[in-house]
Amino acid sequence: MFSPADVRAISQPTIKICGLSKSYGSIEVLKDISLDVVPGEVVVIIGPSGAGKSTILSCVNHLEPYEKGEIWVEGQLYGPTRARGRRRAHAEAELNQLRRKIGIVFQAYNLFPHLTALENVTLAPIRVLKKPRADAVREGGEQLARVGLSQKADKYPAELSGGQQQRVAIARALAMQPKVMLFDEVTSALDPELVGEVLAVMKQLSNDGMTMMIVTHEMQFAREVADRIYFMDEGKIVESGTAQEIFDNPKQERTQAFLRRTRSL
Amino acid sequence: MDFDARLLWESLPDLLRGAKVTVSLTIVSTLIGLVIGIIGGLCRVSRSRIARGLSFGYVLLFRGVPLLVTLLFLYYGLPAVGITLGSFAVAIIGLSITFGAFASEIVRAGIQSINIGQMRAARSLGMPYWMAMKEVVLPQALRRVLPPLTNEVLTLLKQTALVSVIATADLVRVGLEIMTWRANTFSPFAGVALIYLSLSLPLVGLVTFLERKYRVT
Repeated sequence: MFSPADVRAISQPTIKICGLSKSYGSIEVLKDISLDVVPGEVVVIIGPSGAGKSTILSCVNHLEPYEKGEIWVEGQLYGPTRARGRRRAHAEAELNQLRRKIGIVFQAYNLFPHLTALENVTLAPIRVLKKPRADAVREGGEQLARVGLSQKADKYPAELSGGQQQRVAIARALAMQPKVMLFDEVTSALDPELVGEVLAVMKQLSNDGMTMMIVTHEMQFAREVADRIYFMDEGKIVESGTAQEIFDNPKQERTQAFLRRTRSL
Repeated sequence: MDFDARLLWESLPDLLRGAKVTVSLTIVSTLIGLVIGIIGGLCRVSRSRIARGLSFGYVLLFRGVPLLVTLLFLYYGLPAVGITLGSFAVAIIGLSITFGAFASEIVRAGIQSINIGQMRAARSLGMPYWMAMKEVVLPQALRRVLPPLTNEVLTLLKQTALVSVIATADLVRVGLEIMTWRANTFSPFAGVALIYLSLSLPLVGLVTFLERKYRVT
């Protein structure tokens, strides 16, 4: 069994971000972010609201444009490139290809309300991957079973609790067989008693060896699943390290202050 | 008052023939107008500046010009530049493009009412823009705008009365003819009004039904 540190030394990162910067108008939300995620690794990004954590995930998936930097996925460069000295957006078709490899789960679930749970899960495999319907339905059923919702396959999102909807959203992303899963504050909109069931599914995924990037405010959970933690504030990575290093022995004052505040809650 | 029940009864077959024309105009213009409305609505929210500009101009023009003027222009104006169309064709074109302009705005509003997260989620699964529109956004948007669209069809049904000025034998035109021939105003137009009413009632019922069914909760 290799530790993530070993993997880091020998393999190509699943995601490699170099010098990423992004602004909304004159407000710089990401400043020179660099990090990478190796296969099987669980990277957790923590930090105060407005630090730019979620924006990183949106940029990795190219749901948000960015001005500077490079994002490599499995050794391939995506995003704006320079051609003849001019910056130009990446071709749509290639971004669609990229997004197949990256599953993302949103804070607001964003399930398709006009489709049942199973249809939510099978839509993209059928339409995007052109899978035969029967195969997609069988595999979709397996994904729903994986998140413990086989019984709810024929229910519409409005008939499900928040926690169940979020688990369907996870199954929907998994159905595309992504190389990496991004989780964008997926428990922040949930009632407290529903948080546990979603975190349990994520923990199971991490045990299964899924490569994950997680933005969360659940510190206890971060500590349990993270191979590596990044602490962000005001658009910058302040500090990174293992869960132990960050939680038990933070070096930066801002990290210490943030952790004190979250503990006193 | 010159109401004559027997005259009304006798003119019913002619009036129903006119009603058939009115219904055909409504159905055909609704179908064409809906296609225009969906395309126009998509153009209004398009990322292409040209598509946005063209659709905006179209909507502005045909929402601003009275249908009667559009019909007169098509019927009397176009022959002056060598394009002569039959009155039924002019009626269909005039009604469709006007209905299409209003439908475009309704569809645009429907699309914009769908949370942006739906588009993001669809794109994040690797769907191209048009697939995301077709599979995720439009089905929800159209469901949501069915009641206002049906209302618009109701308006269209009554607007078809205007085609009587361009020699189309619709319900109003037939009523006018009977009035002239039989020298009786009240009886034929009582029939005309009753027929319009009985045609519109199902649509009114449909709007109520759809509003209840797709009520935004």
